[in-house]
Amino acid sequence: MENLLEVQHLTKTFTFGSVISRVKITAVDDISFHIKPAEIFALAGESGCGKSTTARIIMGFERATSGDIIHNGKKEAKNEKVWFTEGIQAIFQDPFATFNPLRTVERYFFETIQNYRLATSRSEAIERIDAKLRLVGLTYDDLAGKYPSEFSGGQLQRISIARALLTDPKLIIADEPVSMVDASLRMSIVNLFKRLRDEFGVSVLYITHDLATAYYVCDRIAIMFRGKIVEIGTVEQVLMAPKHPYTQLLRASIPEADPAHRWQGVIRLSDAEQEEYLRQGCRFAGRCPHVMDVCRQMTPPQFDVDGALVACHLYTKTPQSDEVLIASKG
Amino acid sequence: MKTFRDLLRDYRFALAFGVVCLLIAFSVLSLFSPYDPTRWGQVPRDLRPSAQHWLGTDSNGQDVFWNATFAVRNSLIIAVIAGIVSRIIAVIVGMVAGYRGGAWDRVLMFLSDSLLVIPLFLIIVMMAMLIRASLNLVTLGLLLAFFGWAWDARLIRSQILSLRERDFTQTAILCGTGTFRLVINEYMPYTMPLIFSTLINNMAWAIGLEITLAILGLLDMSIPTLGTMLYWAINYQAILLGRWWWVMTPITLSIMLFIALYWL
Amino acid sequence: MDATILRTERLQAFYVLDIYGKTKRIKAVNHIDLAIRENEIYGIAGESGCGKSTLLKTLAAAVEPPLRVIDGKVFYRINGAEVDVAALSAEEKRQLRMTYLAYVPQGSMSVLNPVRRIRDTYRDFIESHRDVRQKGEIFDLAREHLLELGLPPKILDAYPHQLSGGMRQRVTIALATLLKPRIIIGDEPTTALDVVVQRGVVQLLKDVQSRLRNTIVLVTHDMGVHANIADRIGIMYAGKIVEEAPAERIFRAPSHPYTRYLINSLPRFGDKTVRESVPGSPPSLANLPAGCPFHPRCPHAMDVCKQAVPEFTHVAPDHKVACWLVEGEGYGKSA
Repeated sequence: MENLLEVQHLTKTFTFGSVISRVKITAVDDISFHIKPAEIFALAGESGCGKSTTARIIMGFERATSGDIIHNGKKEAKNEKVWFTEGIQAIFQDPFATFNPLRTVERYFFETIQNYRLATSRSEAIERIDAKLRLVGLTYDDLAGKYPSEFSGGQLQRISIARALLTDPKLIIADEPVSMVDASLRMSIVNLFKRLRDEFGVSVLYITHDLATAYYVCDRIAIMFRGKIVEIGTVEQVLMAPKHPYTQLLRASIPEADPAHRWQGVIRLSDAEQEEYLRQGCRFAGRCPHVMDVCRQMTPPQFDVDGALVACHLYTKTPQSDEVLIASKG
Repeated sequence: MKTFRDLLRDYRFALAFGVVCLLIAFSVLSLFSPYDPTRWGQVPRDLRPSAQHWLGTDSNGQDVFWNATFAVRNSLIIAVIAGIVSRIIAVIVGMVAGYRGGAWDRVLMFLSDSLLVIPLFLIIVMMAMLIRASLNLVTLGLLLAFFGWAWDARLIRSQILSLRERDFTQTAILCGTGTFRLVINEYMPYTMPLIFSTLINNMAWAIGLEITLAILGLLDMSIPTLGTMLYWAINYQAILLGRWWWVMTPITLSIMLFIALYWL
Repeated sequence: MDATILRTERLQAFYVLDIYGKTKRIKAVNHIDLAIRENEIYGIAGESGCGKSTLLKTLAAAVEPPLRVIDGKVFYRINGAEVDVAALSAEEKRQLRMTYLAYVPQGSMSVLNPVRRIRDTYRDFIESHRDVRQKGEIFDLAREHLLELGLPPKILDAYPHQLSGGMRQRVTIALATLLKPRIIIGDEPTTALDVVVQRGVVQLLKDVQSRLRNTIVLVTHDMGVHANIADRIGIMYAGKIVEEAPAERIFRAPSHPYTRYLINSLPRFGDKTVRESVPGSPPSLANLPAGCPFHPRCPHAMDVCKQAVPEFTHVAPDHKVACWLVEGEGYGKSA
């Protein structure tokens, strides 16, 4: 089965500052992953880790400094309107910003149909719009003539998904789709993604910092930290048995909705994020409880540990088995 | 319409709108004028206001009242031409500079800034002197328009710059909307209020400039405008001779127009 | 049982708006009776738009038009005596602020002046509440406090934009607790923060509370945070508190249908079974349904629910629910 999307050695550097003092931040540093058809793939990490930048590059809104993005076996040319040709759509974090508050919502639907030539008459267009809206639990009559401010956040996000579905995309890039939706309404939207995968074979690139929801809905997940992918595998592997120290920290820091399992121990927070970006070697070395000398000097390559890929020197294949190395670190 | 009705609740807007309507009606009256505005000596000179000549007559032998209707009409025409044409230029320049960015932006803003920096008044005066012969209403309007777009182009550009970063721009792009349609459909509702307010501003500025040019004697004096009326009045020393009706008419009308435009 | 330090009695606070001649009343706080105790962390949970932030404003006596207190009272217990907040003068309220009650709003940037260094903000703060002669004393006070809380004192020299979001939030909390207030009110202190940073901030709050043995009232929609820090939780819906209980009971034995939905819809690790969220959408606070505000979305709605607002019933010693499904007084009876 061919991969729907392949990202190979993608790098994006931003330069700040004037002629005198330039600071180069590598927002995305040599990352590679792939998404299969009918799969929900999560790109997770804290804010500033580079996941949104990656999404923008995949969609064509930003240009990568180096690396390749391959859709369905074809390399992406620099100027192509990817969403147009390759059946990719996107939904954004803030449903109220996604639509122009001064225009009615349905205008976007009609425009899409017009631009992509999906219907020949107005009634056909309405039929198609209505069909997509029903998928998300709304009807065309709910929408007609209304402005974004007349809907709730959850409803608007669903409308946004319906709009993305209009062109029958094979891949939907969802940038934090539920972080601005109330906790009580999140499940309905997230369940929708599951349905899209199961019934229509649509893949979703789910970008988030909420690992609990990611566990619930995604099949595979990649954890990003300061521009690098530190761990990648199925959600069971990565979230139930995290191997990279950062993933472990992340997993342990998620507030469990269970008073019996409160956080134990105290953690150290990093004070300056920029420092970590510019660090040589492993970027997590400053906070890692298992840090070794090699970590500060050399960026760890990815090691295959039980099917998951982990970028950590702890898992260096030494003459002895991996287990011994880990055990000795406690 | 709802916004309009709500606007009318504000007493200043209502008053201003009333005055503008009055002035427009006044200028429409010019169509019914029994006198030809370009000919002199049609009526006895320097008569005080009376039942026959509501605002008296001036030293050129023209009825002040009917002359004024033409004056208001012509001044408004100049203002409207100047305002609308400069809006169009400002919108095009602002949108292209804001949305395209890069080289376009730099070139256009350079042009715009140059126009802002050079002493407009001197240039206009010079140009008026050069082409005085053919400086009728329309050309004057266009001349003023040419110098009036720079400020607003920058305003519009900065608004477009910020709108470009908003999420709905990306949504529209994903919908397949082309650049031109996107700018018109998505951004116009935001820039319309800006355009309107600067239009009014611009019109007031145009009228002011016109009056100044006229008083300096740089326009075609046979065409009655608020400015030219003042010119002749001053020229004939109406103030000194106590012919207040001649002087006060254009002045009062100008003040009304300005305040009305300002309050709008 | 600890004494009550903050109490409301049938509190009603509405936003009264006059739009184009029509009066709109947004019933953000609609008949709320709260009794918050000393030495506890009380969490208020609810969706956005349910009125939580408004409730905090009334608790902090920061009520400004168009928000008006229509009815009811708020009482503070100061030095053993109960004081009606409405009876306090503006100057007295100012004195209380920060020394008795500290308010940490959402978004630290609204507290820290972006064009001044942190230490200047601290100095303004201390000077307006304490009679301190020496400049050195102020910095000593600030530095000591920061060290106590485990924050590096060098941040005093920084500008707010130089610090990360998490650090700013912790600095704001340190500022709020500088004068050892008896009550700290926090409005979504950890929203928009990363998971790891959130943990740090929550830890800080817990640390402060255990040190000062004061009260923290925390508003957030994140149930996970409540689970980790709150002693008691009040669930708010459409301007009313619909359930109030110790944290364990809210998560283990929720009574109100809305709470049940809320708890059941939280994703948990290790469990991929399908979860459902609450059907429908929250009501507009300007247009509340008659009777129980939840009845349009409630699967167990009965006739009485549509007509009358339920009062609180106790289902356990410290656990009360406002729901017609829960009948009668006494413990042990639940739907």
